[in-house]
Amino acid sequence: MEYTAEQAGRPAYLDAASAAPMHPVARQALLASLEDGWADPDRLYAAGRRAQQLRDAATATAAECLGVRPDELTFLPSGTAAVHAAVLGGLAGRARAGQTLVHSAIEHSSVLHAAARHGTAAEVGVARSGRLDLDAWHAAVTRPGVALASLISASHEVGTLQPVAAAAESCAQAGVPLHVDAAQSIGRVPVPPGWSLLTASARKWGGPSGVGVLVVRKGTRWLSPYPGDDLHRPHPPGALDLPAVVAAAASLRAVLAEAQTEGVRLGALVDRIRGCVAATVPDVEIVGDPVERLPHLVTFSCLYVDGEALLHALDRHGFAVSSGSSCTASTLRPSHVLEAMGVLSHGNVRVSLHRGTTEADVDRFLAVLPGVVAGIREEAGM
Amino acid sequence: MIEVDSRGRRCPLPIIDLARRMPSVPVGAVVRVLADDPAAANDIPAWCRMKGQEYLGSPAPDAYDVRRVT
Repeated sequence: MEYTAEQAGRPAYLDAASAAPMHPVARQALLASLEDGWADPDRLYAAGRRAQQLRDAATATAAECLGVRPDELTFLPSGTAAVHAAVLGGLAGRARAGQTLVHSAIEHSSVLHAAARHGTAAEVGVARSGRLDLDAWHAAVTRPGVALASLISASHEVGTLQPVAAAAESCAQAGVPLHVDAAQSIGRVPVPPGWSLLTASARKWGGPSGVGVLVVRKGTRWLSPYPGDDLHRPHPPGALDLPAVVAAAASLRAVLAEAQTEGVRLGALVDRIRGCVAATVPDVEIVGDPVERLPHLVTFSCLYVDGEALLHALDRHGFAVSSGSSCTASTLRPSHVLEAMGVLSHGNVRVSLHRGTTEADVDRFLAVLPGVVAGIREEAGM
Repeated sequence: MIEVDSRGRRCPLPIIDLARRMPSVPVGAVVRVLADDPAAANDIPAWCRMKGQEYLGSPAPDAYDVRRVT
């Protein structure tokens, strides 16, 4: 196998689904708000009032972007914290109705971990494409004892859009509130209506890390899972990073202004990756729905290839990608998403693009990939 | 029963072992793969689907039966 440290082009970061590079507007807003964002916004002196104005303006901006009321939106220290608050708080608020959390088999691990902490969870399967089994979902949410349902808006691992509106319809019939984990959709594609709780993560849309968003619609029963004074309204556990919150809101507005154009551009690049990888890499499985998908994300698995070796080899060529293969996971288990879909889990690569991704980046990736895969296979004796 | 013992080997090695053994298996015969890597349960059926072979299921823990079709 022949690898050199020489890169034939500039490094290309292709893991926006983990964290997108910071949007220039986020950077500007972060720097501008450092001046006033350090003080406690709940204090009554002038510095506190200035911080409070920043917080209120950021909340109003984000709420407007998401089409919700400012008093329905709370910033939390991460997307994961927002998910935990949505799931645990949604379950606690409905304890009299039941104990069960219904969720898809392809939720983000933060949902699964929250479900495990709570007790009873009912998992609903997906098709090979990664799309929710709506009949099974309907049956699950209409059973007695369901407190909350949780559905990812689009798979963070394979990009398949989920039938949120139809899933919400079943929940509405059963009187069960729906939590939608929209971390991968916000700033990229619209999220269908019908949910009661929504969560997102700023670093996925080009905001800073350490900012999550939780929306609890009016009339939704929610009880804080965290110790605190007011258990009926979400609050961040401790002080918010206000400059980061301001940057998150400002970048969300900027990203939404570009979302449609970027969606078309990146969607075409992903189409090219899907077609070209299938044509140039033998024994490869391109996973996820080819049409009903996020514009910027594509996942494929290469037979006989060690996922970790593939990631390292691509890294040496200057490409940052992610993987759902067991050898790349701390648990040494394959991705639960790939397992639920029944698609190949080894030799898995997730490529996710962002506003800084160029056509040249994609071309170079597509030029390098077949040789890298062939080299690893050759070394394995295949 | 033809057996491929891949116990103690991590994915993708059990799949590689199976694929390398396949040419010497008569069409219609069954291969039993022994594999204790957690990914094997998912990846052996996926390999069968991709390569047009028949996955017969898991008769015991860490054992997977595959029939050569083509």
